[in-house]
Amino acid sequence: MHLYNLTLQTASAMPQAIVGNFSGARQQEIIVSHGTRLELLRPDSQTGKVSTVIATDAFGSIRSLAAFRLTGGTKDYAIVGSDSGRIVILDYDPKTSSFVKLHQETYGKSGARRIVPGQYLATDPKGRAVMVGAMEKAKLVYILNRDAAANLTISSPLEAHKNSAIIHQIVGVDVGFENPMFAALEVDYTESDQDPTGEAFNNAEKMLTYYELDLGLNHVVRKWSEPTDPRANLLVQVPGGQHATSNQFDGPSGVLVCCEDHIIYRHMDSRQHRVPIPRRKHPLEDPGRGLIITSAVMHKMKGAFFFLLQSEDGDLYKVTIEHEEEEVTSLKIKYFDTVPVASSLCILKSGFLFVASEFGNHFLYQFQKLGDDDNEPEFSSTSYPSCGMADPSSPLPRAYFKIRPLENLVIADEMESLDPIIDSKTLNLLPNSDSPQIFAACGRGARSTFRTLRHGLEVEESVSSDLPGIPNAVWTTKRTEDDPYDSYIILSFVNGTLVLSIGETIEEVQDTGFLSAAPTLAVQQIGADALLQVHPQGIRHVLADRRVNEWRVPSGKTIVSATTNKRQVVVALSSAELVYFELDLEGQLNEYQDRKAMGSTVLALSIGEVPEGRQRTPYLAVGCEDQTVRIISLDPETTLETISLQALTSPPSSICIADMLDASINKSQPTMFVNIGLQNGVLLRTVLDPIHGQLTDTRTRFLGTRPVRLVRVQIHKNPAILALSSRSWLNYTHQNLMHFTPLIYDNLDYAWSFSAELSPEGLIGIAGSVLRIFQVPKLGMKLKQDSIPLLYTPRKFITHPTNNYFYLIEGDHRVMGDQDATKKLNELRKQGKPVDEEVVNLPAETFGRPKAAPGTWGSCIRIIDPVEAKTVNIIHLDGNEAAFSLAVVPFAARNGELHLVVGTAANTHVSPRSCSSGFLRTYKFLDDGAGLELMHKTEVDDVPLSLLGFQGRLAAGVGKALRLYDIGKKKLLRKVENKTFTTAIISLATQGSRLIVGDMQESVQFAVYKAPENRLLTFADDTQPRWISAMTMVDYNTIAAGDRFGNVFVNRLDSKISDQVDDDPNGAGILHEKAHLMGAPHKTKLLCHFHVGDLITSIQKVSLVAGGREVLLYTGLHGTIGVLVPFVSKEDVDFISTLEQHMRTEQLSLVGRDHLSWRGYYAPVKAVVDGDLCETYATLPGSKQQSIAAELDRGVGEVLKKLEQLRVTASGF
Amino acid sequence: MSSELRYTANTQLEHLHARYTGTGHADLSKYEWLTHQHRDTLSSIVGHPTLTSYLAIADGEAIGRVKFEMTERMLQPCGPPPKKDDD
Repeated sequence: MHLYNLTLQTASAMPQAIVGNFSGARQQEIIVSHGTRLELLRPDSQTGKVSTVIATDAFGSIRSLAAFRLTGGTKDYAIVGSDSGRIVILDYDPKTSSFVKLHQETYGKSGARRIVPGQYLATDPKGRAVMVGAMEKAKLVYILNRDAAANLTISSPLEAHKNSAIIHQIVGVDVGFENPMFAALEVDYTESDQDPTGEAFNNAEKMLTYYELDLGLNHVVRKWSEPTDPRANLLVQVPGGQHATSNQFDGPSGVLVCCEDHIIYRHMDSRQHRVPIPRRKHPLEDPGRGLIITSAVMHKMKGAFFFLLQSEDGDLYKVTIEHEEEEVTSLKIKYFDTVPVASSLCILKSGFLFVASEFGNHFLYQFQKLGDDDNEPEFSSTSYPSCGMADPSSPLPRAYFKIRPLENLVIADEMESLDPIIDSKTLNLLPNSDSPQIFAACGRGARSTFRTLRHGLEVEESVSSDLPGIPNAVWTTKRTEDDPYDSYIILSFVNGTLVLSIGETIEEVQDTGFLSAAPTLAVQQIGADALLQVHPQGIRHVLADRRVNEWRVPSGKTIVSATTNKRQVVVALSSAELVYFELDLEGQLNEYQDRKAMGSTVLALSIGEVPEGRQRTPYLAVGCEDQTVRIISLDPETTLETISLQALTSPPSSICIADMLDASINKSQPTMFVNIGLQNGVLLRTVLDPIHGQLTDTRTRFLGTRPVRLVRVQIHKNPAILALSSRSWLNYTHQNLMHFTPLIYDNLDYAWSFSAELSPEGLIGIAGSVLRIFQVPKLGMKLKQDSIPLLYTPRKFITHPTNNYFYLIEGDHRVMGDQDATKKLNELRKQGKPVDEEVVNLPAETFGRPKAAPGTWGSCIRIIDPVEAKTVNIIHLDGNEAAFSLAVVPFAARNGELHLVVGTAANTHVSPRSCSSGFLRTYKFLDDGAGLELMHKTEVDDVPLSLLGFQGRLAAGVGKALRLYDIGKKKLLRKVENKTFTTAIISLATQGSRLIVGDMQESVQFAVYKAPENRLLTFADDTQPRWISAMTMVDYNTIAAGDRFGNVFVNRLDSKISDQVDDDPNGAGILHEKAHLMGAPHKTKLLCHFHVGDLITSIQKVSLVAGGREVLLYTGLHGTIGVLVPFVSKEDVDFISTLEQHMRTEQLSLVGRDHLSWRGYYAPVKAVVDGDLCETYATLPGSKQQSIAAELDRGVGEVLKKLEQLRVTASGF
Repeated sequence: MSSELRYTANTQLEHLHARYTGTGHADLSKYEWLTHQHRDTLSSIVGHPTLTSYLAIADGEAIGRVKFEMTERMLQPCGPPPKKDDD
């Protein structure tokens, strides 16, 4: 087996985000890391919408990001700390719209290691130096400068190591133009490692240490080191240094040390200030729990600065420092607003706050005010003795605030994110859909959602109105060339034409000069200010003063087809003749003296737009009934001569020539494509050579069951093609590459561009007798998401074999279930304790639920109707139970009646895993599955993490034990058990009497149930320990699985062993076989192995294209959706793997990680080709493409075609 | 091997051990080995964004909190060292 890995949807999590002027323009941009990908986002300060500029695979794990700007510069650079053992400085080049690696300095081994730097990055605020730190000991300082030619230079590293010190955080200290300084939060473990009494451990001090880079001596010194709060976790830079002109201090310099429950201002030789972190006043608050700051941002304005700190609950605090020169007089903190818990916060100068959420959708907020004069209580260090530092070891009295909806911020934009995908299933449930949908359980806590993902572009409809009859075509047109918007809508019916004018309202008009008594074939705004209508009897040229010049068809003939552009008109007559017209300089339409006889009825015609600054487009494409397409010259020298001919497999139904940019073919100029739609629903896309007029590089695609209609439209100011068949497709250019995506919309019969004041970028279409005006708002998004909100983090969901419902279990740790919470609140109310109803009733999806002690759970079972996209029923679990697994089981003892079994556990602790008792809840289905009735609960001794229906019984993985249960009257009855598994059984699959068992740490094992002796025996396992996270059977002997470290692999059992085990009647043979390598007697063989870079949460064998091949579809925790496609032929394997080899040498990773070692992070990559790497072939410079193609003995077009074909046939994407 | 060479080889080895924290040697005790293992694991968890997300989801904590607690645990991941018998 050889697989091709292709990412369909890249990760949408944002572990980090930085802001800066990366393009050097005045506008600020945001660079976000998606874990293994870098993306440049540009928030539009006018509209407040965020758009993606570029996104690039880094082929490495990005651990830290920092922006810096050289003194006096106007452009920011990004520094990337990764697992490559290298520091990389990236520059965004707006010309080529790409990241350029300016510097790449190697300092250590690759991998996310303890003492290899890359985890932390801190830059000097003046951009003179950067410190890159490891988790322990190692810190390197690089000096940044510019050379005579103003190029960025980087020095060799200077060491600032401290042995046996664990580093919590590093940050650059703002010291103005004095020697650059870095602050680090460190703990030394030397003494606690030596002291058996544990006293040294208890007294271990967390040190705030300043490292000064002496620019004169070119070395780093430990300048200052003082103990600080032992629960400090974060450092925030405080502005400092003197202003260049006014000699005023920008700030006091130093750092904010964020600790549990407190924030301390700290600087060398200066007074400390401490304030408490205000807590939410909530009746269910756990008073024993500390509160930490998890992200922070400092913002400098003219002459002032403030901090926004975010607690782990999502509350933002505004922190201000009052200072006289360098002396801090007070530190103040107050509640600001509540936003989702962020991994990074970015404040933009245009007044926006970008929140890269740690889970779920990301947000852009706009500041309404800065919380300056509100009634929010403010806590100042001056109101505590000695500025809060009277007794640093004891906490300050607690401060409280009241949470409330947003007051200072408003949401400007929301970016959809699938992160985290916890479980998913792919199947085709929706009516009228020929490709399957992906159903994903996403999100965490109260912000969780259940999403339906459909392949296609989202469409926003603005108008839908009924028409008197069924039109067969629609056009819009301007009146003159310079009009900004369209003026008329022209509808053609079987026996007439209707003209509507677009104004305040859309209404019918008569006096336009258009013929209304006949159907229309084409409409065009021609020349400067004239209009043109082609109807079966002739051509009407309507001049600006409403005079009409009409060209009439010779008697006995009609026009069957027409194509127009601004200066040219070609019509085909029923006598299979072509008539060509061209506009002369006076604005007269002149007929070319000859008519061209085609010899076969013309079915379709197309000419491109007139190129800028030219008189005419030189080529005409003609599709004839004899299944050919001919390219005919319109050049004055060779007018109407046939240049080239292409044979088709079916008569053409529509042709469309369009000039579109596709960087994989031509980086700088649009390519002329001839799109040919056939009557059998196939679309051919060929490239028209602009010089010779030859057709090359044909790509085919099946669009649907109806004859294809093609329309040239404008999308987001770029030419695009709408292809209408039984589905509507849009072919457009996005980020310089061509995309072909279906629209998620009703079938359209005809469509055209539509531009009016309210909808400048719209489309107009007809579907039956309904006229629709719509937009395609988000290009580049290939999956449309529809979501249902959930209560808690989803854990797993399953389908039902007969009905269409999904059964989903949800559970949240450290959270009190909604029912328990209400009960507790009622108790409090009864006791007469104050309960703030306003706070209690705030929605949990924005504010979260109050944190409870570990071992507390909120959990429920939910029934979802995926077709209607709604929740049908919710069953809450009581008694602090949480659901962990579920299965639909047809119990043979009840004549195969289906039951839902849910594995739950009470008072569960996660690490180490323990519970007071596990339960198997057996439910009966009511109302065709819309309801559940609890039959009984069976107590078990551990957490049941996996359940499966197996031969009319229930197979349950309860902790380390695999058991089979049968149904009884009062409870489930244990029939057989196997306790040989090492950690915990988290996944089960079955075929026949074989059970595949996925262990949490010990990979996948094969077990068999021997009914005669009632034995459950494992007979094969893996040679490698793997932390399985998802698993599926590919066939009887083969499994595909993903592990916690981001690997996917395929294991296969030898068919001989398989037969031998199956032939063994009672399992005695297996029972007496000798254990091999301290495990089962047989081992599976590793067939494929690949490191995806995202934690695999589900894997499934599915076919994504109607009638297409089956592929392995996986989802990753960070929102990745990918497929593994089996190669069909040896030639393909050879070809693609050679291409991959070449790409490895060409395409150097953005973070400097070696591609082969990245894809073989934990085990060498085996028999899997990285399709994402191969597809970057399209973005290589032309010469590189050429040389690689030459090495492969192919043309560039052939390589690209092969890559596209692999993607399209496997996924349809 | 001359005594001098042995001497230099040893100091080199010691130097290397000091340089590459976490490298084992022949006299490594079980406790030291385990502590190294745990510290390596913890720093690897903090270093991989997917793993911190995973733990945060399982435990119902914020990612920032998970990273903080993991880093805190690196100080003494396996409890205090065993008492020495020979003194």
